[in-house]
Amino acid sequence: MKVFINGIGNISPQKTWDNNLFLDEVIESDSNCLRCTEPGDYEKLIDPKLLRRMSRIIRMSYSSARICLDDAGIAAPDAIITGSGMGCLEDTEKFLLSIYENDEKFLPPTPFIQSTHNTIGAQIALMLQCTNYNVTYSQRGISFENAMTDALLLLNEPTYRHILVGGFDEMTDNQMILYNRLNYYKKVPINNLGLLNSGTPGTIAGEGNTFFILSSEKNERSYAALSGITTFNNHVDADSVSENITNFLTSHNLTFSEIDLFVAGYNGDANSDKIYYEISKRHFSASPVAAFKHLCGEYHTASAFALWMAANILKKDHIPEAVRFNPAPARSIKNILIYNHYRNKNHSLMLLSSCQ
Amino acid sequence: MPPKVYVTGCGMISAIGNTFAEMEESVLTGKSGIGDITLLETGYRNQLVAGEIKHTDEELAEMAGISFGPGLTRTTLLGIIAAKEALHQSRLKDPATLAFISGTTVGGMVATEKYYNDFLTNDTKNEFIESHDCGDSTERIAEFLGIKGYLSTINTACSSSANAIMLATRLIKSGRIERAVAGGTDALSKFTLNGFNTLMIVDQNLCKPFDENRNGLNLGEGAGFLVLESEKVIGEKEILCEITGYGNANDAHHQTALSPDGRGAFLSMKAALDKGGLEPGQIDYINAHGTATQNNDLSEGKAIERLFQSRIPYVSSTKSMTGHLLGAAGAIEAGISIIAMKNGCIPPNLNFSAKMKELSYSPVIEMIREISIRHIMSNSFGFGGNNTTLIFSKA
Repeated sequence: MKVFINGIGNISPQKTWDNNLFLDEVIESDSNCLRCTEPGDYEKLIDPKLLRRMSRIIRMSYSSARICLDDAGIAAPDAIITGSGMGCLEDTEKFLLSIYENDEKFLPPTPFIQSTHNTIGAQIALMLQCTNYNVTYSQRGISFENAMTDALLLLNEPTYRHILVGGFDEMTDNQMILYNRLNYYKKVPINNLGLLNSGTPGTIAGEGNTFFILSSEKNERSYAALSGITTFNNHVDADSVSENITNFLTSHNLTFSEIDLFVAGYNGDANSDKIYYEISKRHFSASPVAAFKHLCGEYHTASAFALWMAANILKKDHIPEAVRFNPAPARSIKNILIYNHYRNKNHSLMLLSSCQ
Repeated sequence: MPPKVYVTGCGMISAIGNTFAEMEESVLTGKSGIGDITLLETGYRNQLVAGEIKHTDEELAEMAGISFGPGLTRTTLLGIIAAKEALHQSRLKDPATLAFISGTTVGGMVATEKYYNDFLTNDTKNEFIESHDCGDSTERIAEFLGIKGYLSTINTACSSSANAIMLATRLIKSGRIERAVAGGTDALSKFTLNGFNTLMIVDQNLCKPFDENRNGLNLGEGAGFLVLESEKVIGEKEILCEITGYGNANDAHHQTALSPDGRGAFLSMKAALDKGGLEPGQIDYINAHGTATQNNDLSEGKAIERLFQSRIPYVSSTKSMTGHLLGAAGAIEAGISIIAMKNGCIPPNLNFSAKMKELSYSPVIEMIREISIRHIMSNSFGFGGNNTTLIFSKA
């Protein structure tokens, strides 16, 4: 079954909130942590009274959802489904630290109230007065894919026509300390545009708020058709990933040569990128390959950024220079395969095709 | 026609029992597991009560049959104990192809809250940095049990595990999978105890669901998991019940408070009835969310009244026995619903003395025995107005 991406909203480290732009200009940083570039005119999207009370992630995710709904021309979706690896991290930290600092006494309730992972989905429902199905997934590197899978299931039922699906994660100063302790990131500052050729272990942190309207029907706004999504969750080698991709494509009656663009989750970590290099070499040596984590950083729901990018490539029939990973000549793009893995534990495949 | 979905295994652990059988005995004798906090390190030890499982993490690891090691949280240990029992009961030999779907809201916070200063300042507790997120317990439980199929964690606060059971049911009905282990796990934590206490919705004494003088909830901890199988693959085996109805709706009223008329609760109960092709009059018993907060019981109580009108089924909240298990509440109450159906009994709502003036009915306060139960409705409501209803039916 095919579903269609009919609207998009993305607040990410790049200037992605304006759907008329598409990575024409790229933001550089050597902080090893790409934080979101927020729109300057939130007042257009959110009532200023509400805006003042919102935490950063709520502000960004709600706005991203708002942009997405407007893009699709949908007032209220038939369901709201979100995915997040870490949930509302800043509020969680705030409440945790207040327990320490105040010895469990006289704590401010707001950070606790906003700490649950489903806060974003709930806030969107509240502001849209949308009483429909509303669920939040949190499965590390496939949190967004789990949300998408649920949306695809719902769209099989005739009552569901337009579903708002989003992935969100935020990075904080404290979490940088924690993940640096685990050697997730580069030991020395690196410019994000040079990340993918670094040849050293570790990646850079990122964050994002990326929302989509998935619809059962195509219209003049449609970006792309989403034909399939699958996940697998074991430490695997390239042989096993190759087998999974082969089976996935076969189940959609496609061969490797019919994939016109392979989007891979290269994150600049010399160890975990090996699988991507091997898969690209084996199956996509003559095809264009694109990367994205040098633009958004590594985080649990980074694949949502990849889906945003792939959907735009199909709609605009254009691969921005900034995301091209190999010199293979671009061709007319009909099918895009996205392969992403998080720490070689959570793997996902998403297949998109042109609406034309 | 989508296939029927049957429950063929159920494992549970809470303050009133470490196994399904122990839970069954406690439920049938109306036992409460709520009392002093003796294991959780908190300044509220002598001020608040909770449904705490009186086993240390090391003891739980031994019960789970796993060697206790770094990165292993109480949330994971409780989950392994319940999920392992569910698998055992269903007599499934090869778990590799199963889906595993778990609901949790505390997740690894139970360790993070102890070691956060270490996380920030030294390398001694690094393994627990990685086990902080909600997906950790799910991955570890699946790995321990040899489950390699579809993996998912839901965190919709207190409706998490009800949503996990709903997703597993939908996946099976869609034909995408044939079998799943679904439920949830949550450990008692300082984070949630302080959080709810800050909202002033924790009763210092035993909670009194649906009582005019109710004064808040008692927290609990535990895990519950069900094995769900499609009728297409079930073969000859004992069936505990069928999952016939399920529905989720959002109250869209407030981040933490439910609407006074129970808009979302009404919609989720109605959706579950519609999905199951059932009339309100066919429901024999409602295992209510019934947290004993002023807000929940009024909202849920009014929604029940609106949906069932003059024919209110038996209603009780078994949180008066187990405490509120947060993300695991829906799963443990699914298990208690199975106990009720199996034994033809309605578990009592403890600590009740005065009918709520806003409601036309009272909960069941003494065990009702030897009745025929065909359909049980179970409600689970979470922060963010997340309302989920499941219906368990006699197979």
